[in-house]
Amino acid sequence: MPVFLTRLSRVRELPVAVAFVTLVAITATLNPRFLLPQSVKDLLLNATIIAILAAGQAMVIISRNVDLSVGSILGLSGFATGTLFALFPDIPIVLVFLAGIALGAALGAFNGILVVTAGVPSLVITLGTLYVFRGLNNAWAGGTEHFSGDRPKEFSNLSVDTVFGLPIITLLAFAVIAAMAVYLAKFRSGRDFYAIGSDPDAARLFGIPVGRRVLTAFVINGALAGLAGVLYASRFSSVGARTGTGIELDVVAAVVVGGVAIFGGSGTVVGAAIGAFLLTTITSALTALRVDKFWQQAVVGALIISAIVIDRVSTLRNARRLRLEQARESFPALNEGEGR
Amino acid sequence: MENLTPVLLLADAAKSFGSVVALANGRIDLQKGEVHALVGENGAGKSTLVKILAGVHAHDSGTFEVAGARVKFRSVADSKAQGISVIYQEPTLFPDLTVAENLFIGRQPKGRSGLISQSSMRQRARTLFAQLGVPIDPDRLAEGLSIADQQIIEIAKAISLDAQVLVMDEPTAALSGSEVDRLFQVVRSLQEKGVAILFISHRFDEVFAISDRITVMRDGSYIGTWNTRETDSNAIVREMVGREITTLFPKEDAAIGEVVLDVRDLTREGVFRNVSLSVSQGEIVGLAGLVGSGRTEVARAIFGVDAYDSGSVLLAGKSLKPGDPKAAIRGGIGFVPEDRRKQGLVLELPVGRNIALTLRNFLARLGVISQSSERSHAKDWGDQLQVKASSLESGVATLSGGNQQKVVLAKWLSTKPSLLIVDEPTRGIDVGTKAEVHRRLSDLAKAGVAVLMISSELPEVLGMSDRIYVMNEGQIRAEISRGKATPENVMEAATSRQKVVG
Repeated sequence: MPVFLTRLSRVRELPVAVAFVTLVAITATLNPRFLLPQSVKDLLLNATIIAILAAGQAMVIISRNVDLSVGSILGLSGFATGTLFALFPDIPIVLVFLAGIALGAALGAFNGILVVTAGVPSLVITLGTLYVFRGLNNAWAGGTEHFSGDRPKEFSNLSVDTVFGLPIITLLAFAVIAAMAVYLAKFRSGRDFYAIGSDPDAARLFGIPVGRRVLTAFVINGALAGLAGVLYASRFSSVGARTGTGIELDVVAAVVVGGVAIFGGSGTVVGAAIGAFLLTTITSALTALRVDKFWQQAVVGALIISAIVIDRVSTLRNARRLRLEQARESFPALNEGEGR
Repeated sequence: MENLTPVLLLADAAKSFGSVVALANGRIDLQKGEVHALVGENGAGKSTLVKILAGVHAHDSGTFEVAGARVKFRSVADSKAQGISVIYQEPTLFPDLTVAENLFIGRQPKGRSGLISQSSMRQRARTLFAQLGVPIDPDRLAEGLSIADQQIIEIAKAISLDAQVLVMDEPTAALSGSEVDRLFQVVRSLQEKGVAILFISHRFDEVFAISDRITVMRDGSYIGTWNTRETDSNAIVREMVGREITTLFPKEDAAIGEVVLDVRDLTREGVFRNVSLSVSQGEIVGLAGLVGSGRTEVARAIFGVDAYDSGSVLLAGKSLKPGDPKAAIRGGIGFVPEDRRKQGLVLELPVGRNIALTLRNFLARLGVISQSSERSHAKDWGDQLQVKASSLESGVATLSGGNQQKVVLAKWLSTKPSLLIVDEPTRGIDVGTKAEVHRRLSDLAKAGVAVLMISSELPEVLGMSDRIYVMNEGQIRAEISRGKATPENVMEAATSRQKVVG
C-alpha cells in the first residue's frame, strides 16, 4: 500500500467524513430540494451550535474527562445575553459576546477546579453541576423569557446574513474549530491533552502539568459553551429557564461519532465537528425523506453504537496487523512462507 | 576521583509514607563519567531513592546536591531541569501517541512558524534510532510495542534529553542477550561523553560487566560502596542479604509420573510453528530462548488466552478446548504471566481479594461469595507463601515486585493446579525472594505438579529444569535433558540462525 494510503487509513475522522458525504449524496439524489441554498443554510445553522460545543467537548474527552454541564452553561449564558440586551438596549454586541464567554469560562473553571482538586471523576462532578447550573438558571429566570424582539437587529442578523453563502455564526464556528484543531495538533501544550488521556499516570511521571491542563480544558470548554449560549440567543427567538436542556448528550454523541475515543487519548476536534454536522444532517435528511420521527432517533442511536464498534474493530485489527509486522521482523525465516 | 565534586550527591536521605519508612538512610554519589551500580533486595529502598532523584517524591530529610549545589525537587520537571533522566523498570509510554511523539512529548521540535513540526520530529526520531541501531518506525503508535522496544524508546528519550545523570532502573530486565549488548554499547558511549549513570539491576553478570562502583542497600539503608574491580559477586550478595546464600537453584529430584501436558504441532502463523512439547508429573520443564522467540506466545495459546491456527493441546490425555482459559483452569492449568502488573494482578484490589480471585466460583454459595471464607482462604495462602504485606486489605500495587509475584503464585496455587505455567517467574525479583520462588516450584514438582517454566536466565533454566526445550524464531530448536544441558549448548540453540530443517 502506498504510504499516503496507509496514512489515510489511519485517519480517525475518515469513517465519519465518508458517512457524511454519502449521506448528503444519497439524500440529495432522492430529494434534490435538500441542496437548495436555503436548506443548506438551515442545516448549517442547526449544526453550528452543536459543532462549537463538540469542539470544546472533544478537548475535554481527549484528556479522559467529560463535561455534562455544557447544556446548563449554554442556558445561563443565553439567558444572560437576553437579560443584558433587555437591561441595556444599546450595549455593544462585542461586549455581550465577551460577557457570555467570560461567564462560561468561570463556570468551566468551577468544574475544572472541582475535578482537579477533588479527584472525583468528571462524569460525577459535571453531572452535579449540570443540576446546580440549571438550578441557578431557574432561580434567575423563573418564568421570564427574553424574545428576539428585544435584541438589536444586527445581533439577530448574525444568524441570517451570509458571507459566501455561509451564515456568519457558522463562519465563527469554523474559526473556533480551526483554532482548536491547530492548538491540539500543533502546540506542545495541546499535545499534552492526548498524553494525559492516553495514560494520566505516565503523564504525571513525565512532568506534564496534568492538573493545569485538565483545568484549561474545562475553562476553554466552558468558554465555548458560553459562546454557544450567546449564539443561541442570536439564532433562536427566545431564551429562558429551560434553554439548552439535554443538549449535552447530543454533543457527547457528536464527539463519539466523530471518532474521539470515549476514554481519551485519540481523536480530533475536526472529527468531532464533522460528527456534529453528521448528526444534524441525518435528522434533516430523514425529515426530508419523510421518515417517522421515532426512526430518526433510532438511526442516531444506531450510528453512535456503530461508531464505537467500528473504532473497537479497527483497534483490534490494528493490533493484529502490528503483531504480524512484529512477527515478520522477529522471524525473518517465516516470511518466505507467508506469501505476502 | 574522590576529591572531585560529585555530579550528584544524596546523603542521609529519609522518606516515609505515613508510618511506613521507605527509606531510612539512603546515600548515593555519582561522579562524572562513571557507571555506578545500585543493588539490593526488593524493598531495600532502591525505588524510593530513584523516585527522589526523579522528583516524584521529595525527601523528608537529608542532603541532596547536584553539581555541588543543594536542591530539593518538588516535581519531575525540577529533576529534568537539573539534567537528570530516569528510565523506569515499567516503561511509561503513551499508547495512543506515535513513537516519535512519545520521544518528544512536551518538547516537540517547532518549525519556523512556532508550530510543532511533524517532519523534523520524525527526522530526529529516525536519527536517534539509527544511533541506537534499532529499526523502529517513528510513525507507528506505541500501542502493542514489545517491552524490549518500549525500553529502547525510553533510552532514546533520555539520550535526546542530553541528560547529565542517567538513572536506569532495571533497564535490562526485559531485554535479550543481544539487546543488552547493544544497550551496554550505548551506555559506554554515554559514559565517554561524561554522563554519570546509575544502573540498577538484579543480574550480577551485568553489574560486574558494566559498573565502576557498586553501592549496596538493605532495608532502606545504605550499606556501603565498593570499587567493582576490588570485589566479587559473593561478597556483594552477602552484603545485600546480610547472610550467605548457598544454593540459588535448589531443584530437588522428584518422581516423574504420567504425562500431564502434551502439545502437538501447535502453530500460530507468523508467531510460532509446529511446536511439540510435553510435561509430566513431578517434572520442571524449562522453555528457554531469547525474548521474542515465541515462548510466551506458546504458553498463552496453551492456556487459551490466544487462539492458534493448527495443532492440538492434550491435558491428561484429553484434548483441551482452544481459546478458552476457563476450560484450561477447570482442567487444572495455572498460568503465572510475565507481566504481573498488567496480567497477573488486579492492582486496584487488595492483596486478599487478589489471592482469592481464582477461587471465586469455588467460594461462592448460591452465586454469592462469602466474605469470611474468601478472607480465610486468602490468609491461608498468603501465609504459606510468606507474602509480606501489612494486611490482606492493603493495596497490591504497594507491594514490592517479589511480594507481588508471591501473590500471583498464591492465587494460582490455591486452585491446586496439575500443571503450572510460569513465565519469567523471577524477573525483577531480588535474590532472597528468588530462591524462595525456586524452592516453591521445586516443592510443587515434588508434590506431583507438572511445571512449565519460561525463563531468559540461563542459570535459572539450567538449575531448575529436568528437561529444556529451546525456542528460536518461533520453533523448538532443541530438547536437552538435565544431564546434558550446558550454558553453551542452550545458547547455541537459542541464537543460531535457522538452518534448513529436515
